[in-house]
Amino acid sequence: MNSFLPVLIMLIFSILFAVLTIGLSNIIGKKSYEPGKLKPFECGVEPTGEPHIRFDIKFYLVAIFFLLFDIEALFLFPWAVIYRWLGLFGFIEMFTFIVVLVVGLLYIWKKGGLIWE
Amino acid sequence: MLFWIIAEIIKILVVFTGLLLAAAYLTLLERKVAARIQNRLGPREAGWHGILQPIADGIKLFFKEDIMPSGANKALFILGPMIAVIPALTTFSVIPFGAPITIFGHAVPLQITDVNIGILLILAFTSLGVYGVVLGGWASNGKYSLLGGIRTAAQMVSYEISLVLSIVGIIMIAGALSLAHIVGEQSHIWFIVYQPVGFVIYLIASTAEMNRVPFDLGEAEGELVAGFHTEYSSMEFAFYFIGEYAQIVVNSAIITTLFLGGWQGPFLPPVIWFLIKVSLVILIYLWFRWTYPRLRYDELMSFGWKFLLPLSLANIVVTGFVMLFIR
Repeated sequence: MNSFLPVLIMLIFSILFAVLTIGLSNIIGKKSYEPGKLKPFECGVEPTGEPHIRFDIKFYLVAIFFLLFDIEALFLFPWAVIYRWLGLFGFIEMFTFIVVLVVGLLYIWKKGGLIWE
Repeated sequence: MLFWIIAEIIKILVVFTGLLLAAAYLTLLERKVAARIQNRLGPREAGWHGILQPIADGIKLFFKEDIMPSGANKALFILGPMIAVIPALTTFSVIPFGAPITIFGHAVPLQITDVNIGILLILAFTSLGVYGVVLGGWASNGKYSLLGGIRTAAQMVSYEISLVLSIVGIIMIAGALSLAHIVGEQSHIWFIVYQPVGFVIYLIASTAEMNRVPFDLGEAEGELVAGFHTEYSSMEFAFYFIGEYAQIVVNSAIITTLFLGGWQGPFLPPVIWFLIKVSLVILIYLWFRWTYPRLRYDELMSFGWKFLLPLSLANIVVTGFVMLFIR
């Protein structure tokens, strides 16, 4: 049998659990409508300005760095699985790859991409 | 064939209920541990020493009013807490929790399924958790929620890289991605002996992944009220906590499987060994939470990028070097 089938069953179980519990709670729970209650929380004061405020460009940079490094990390996995049988060749190849990665990290570092104020 | 289906369904049901119960009772354990660390007694009213407290909490939250703030994105607002729970529960399907047993002449592995890319599947599912936080924070239509959600997302993706890289050493030694195979390789010596640095990196990075103290910047009570779940109430609020505690159980099980020899151990039955090891790792996480103060956000980011990431890369190179030249 396909070994991924149980993962799918488990996923369906989890989704059913999540949907049913939240749905039932929504139906059963008491309801009372009062406009003040529905305001976004701002310490009891009337909300001021746009709720979707602008945020720092730094968060965007982190997302880009994450994409770069996560994909590079993924390249290490197939190599790691067969590393036992690769010998010196595999070590030198991947050492070069990691050095390139580190140079990239150092470049980001020196350019100030990792500074938070 | 029929036997296989029945065995799978039984295993899934047992693991599913076990995981949910464990997540529920972890809230009680956390309160008890916190109380003991702070020289208090903790919850004692509901049942013997508060043994019914999680059930009381669950019933209370279930019957509470479900408040959705005006201007919230309805679909995403509900989807957020669901995504926080679903991957955490699904991940456990590839973790082996005992030695294979024989029932009616059929060998039944005590693992829901042995997928040949087990580790990749775990990483894929655990990294989905970030969506729960981001969607919840974004859809709430509140400033605190948005700030908490964005901060948490940046933190989770930063530590995810170190988390992924800390496992590479294990795979190099084991030579496979299947978790059953990795446990089998540890029959003589646990991988924590070969990979102590990887273990420490995984422990720290997974704490950051779960947004637990000292890395709980996304819900820093002092400044962001409750971060991304400020606007949540009722069962949706409870789901963020089920997700967090299920995630703790799952991460402890992953650490047990990868570094602490899985279910292997002398004298006691394998399942008991697995439960003992998982409980000990859970206690480490709880101990972290009630011992360390919260980091500042710039410290958190520079620790992740400037220390943990180079360290995990160095760990891979050193592991490769030792495997090749020293053995």
